[in-house]
Amino acid sequence: MSQAVASPLGAKPAAARRGNIGDPIFELACRAAGAGVLLLLGGIIVSLFMGGLPAFQKFGIEFLWSTEWDPVTEVFGAGVSIYGTLVTAILAILMAVPVAFGVAFTLTELAPEWMRRPVGTAVELLAAVPSIIYGMWGFFLIAPLMSQYVQPALIDSLGELPGIGFLFQGPPFGTGIFTAALILAIMILPFIAATMRDVFQQVPPVFKESAYGLGCTTWEVMKGVVLPYTRVSVAGGVMLGLGRALGETMAVTFVIGNANRITTTLFGPGNTIASVVALEFGESEAGSLKLSALLALGFVLFVISFIVLATSRYLLRSRLKG
Amino acid sequence: MSASIQPSLAPAKNLAVAASLGRSRRRGDVLARGLSLAATAIGLVFLVSILVTLFYKGFNAMNLSVFTEVTRPPGSNGGLLNAIVGSVIQVALGTAIGTPIGLLVGTYLAEYARGSAFGGVVRFVSDILLSAPSILIGLFVYSLLVLPFGGFSGWAGVAALAIIIVPIVVRTTEDMLSLIPNTLREAVIGLGAPKWKMIVLVCWRSAIPGIITGVLLGIARIAGETAPLLFTSLGNNAWSTDLSQPMPSLPITIYSYAGSPFQDWIELAWAGALVITLAVLGLNIAARSLFSGKK
Repeated sequence: MSQAVASPLGAKPAAARRGNIGDPIFELACRAAGAGVLLLLGGIIVSLFMGGLPAFQKFGIEFLWSTEWDPVTEVFGAGVSIYGTLVTAILAILMAVPVAFGVAFTLTELAPEWMRRPVGTAVELLAAVPSIIYGMWGFFLIAPLMSQYVQPALIDSLGELPGIGFLFQGPPFGTGIFTAALILAIMILPFIAATMRDVFQQVPPVFKESAYGLGCTTWEVMKGVVLPYTRVSVAGGVMLGLGRALGETMAVTFVIGNANRITTTLFGPGNTIASVVALEFGESEAGSLKLSALLALGFVLFVISFIVLATSRYLLRSRLKG
Repeated sequence: MSASIQPSLAPAKNLAVAASLGRSRRRGDVLARGLSLAATAIGLVFLVSILVTLFYKGFNAMNLSVFTEVTRPPGSNGGLLNAIVGSVIQVALGTAIGTPIGLLVGTYLAEYARGSAFGGVVRFVSDILLSAPSILIGLFVYSLLVLPFGGFSGWAGVAALAIIIVPIVVRTTEDMLSLIPNTLREAVIGLGAPKWKMIVLVCWRSAIPGIITGVLLGIARIAGETAPLLFTSLGNNAWSTDLSQPMPSLPITIYSYAGSPFQDWIELAWAGALVITLAVLGLNIAARSLFSGKK
């Protein structure tokens, strides 16, 4: 140091040189890791597409809506599993969003201060439970409850209605599309609720205070101020939940009933892209057309998830900036 | 901001109308509050129901041999030792490989790529990977490592878990680094330190509690992952610490045992489910308390 003071011009280049060796190396490492992430996504797209190419070539675009899946005659179509994936995910959203909204409303406006943290943590822990646990819980606890109580009750009540009655008919197996959607709804509930809570908290307090000052009730403030202010981000949170629901594997595999047919009743068995891949994978040899069909299914799932997740991120961009 | 507030702005024509308006508004408020509290209660009931089911079934099946015996054919008092050890090995290696990569990517995003287009793309892709179905990561590693190298292996499982933990670490690292005030960076640069020293010795050090939280949450996430391991490390009923061979893991063993027709296997699956859930929730709670303690 004394040298540096004595002859600053002589010492500085030495220090700068030492720094200059470390700096480019470190920046290169960081940059390479960033590029690696891009390569990873590219690799996933390419590997799934190349793996699925034989199936796409054999069945053409019809692969997407053909409902046949016959390993014996080697005819494969994605129609049933795409249908099951979309129906379970959308049903799950319909069930989860109102509940998630209630949770977020409670956590931001209703609950007393001392309750918010424990309840918030409890809801977040719901997100941490591994999906296979949801599967076992759904299969051993929820499915029997569904077949004994919930489904017979729904069949007797909603099943009689004209117009939508056909959705709630058929034998109460317990497993099936409806149960899978219910389990999915519970799994995505914490993700949607957490996003909603975060965006509700970002509403400037002065907006809410003005509305309260005008005599609004808590619900009117939520409906008239908070929701309009945050609706884009709320939609983003819902899309995030949808993205999660589309690709969920283990929980769905346990409870969906695994049958390759499209039933009009929601209580019927079905399958999803992820459940078909998980179940059929063990029986498909390397290089077989079936394996290629499964990879093609994976590619389709990737495309759907990518669109949904990209939309979610676009809708949430203002939150990300803030 | 408009429709719902207007009634309260408009001067009431007479007191009776005002009173009934007030009543219906209050009823709406009470109804909405009640439904929201009920929704929260429903969410908590699900969590409690899962935990109660797990503890009830898990403790009934729990005994010492779960931790001391390896998996055996049904009816011969097997345990889960090899599955637990296999899971610990794969999760530890996956974390050890994935964390530094995630740390570097997060550092790149926070320190080098602010406002750059390439950084925006990396951030976007990392966020997509964060929520992408894990089964697709499994299929990817299968075509990358299993098919070309002629078989399922522990290393493939490690690779899949490492890929899953990277975006989690990226997100927390970037978030934590961007909380550090720029004046601190300027002070370090002003002292003549090179940028990499500023990042490693000052920024990382300030951000470390948050980054550790992220890593713990990441470990909790990959410890419960089942789908990607189906296509990579496959599972193994024998004792195996050889990473070039198929390797047992707790989630895969639970999956195959829970779906089996044998009562003692199903009970073992519950015991394993309890072990894994306690580990995952414990890690989550530890991570949260660590972070809130340091903040």
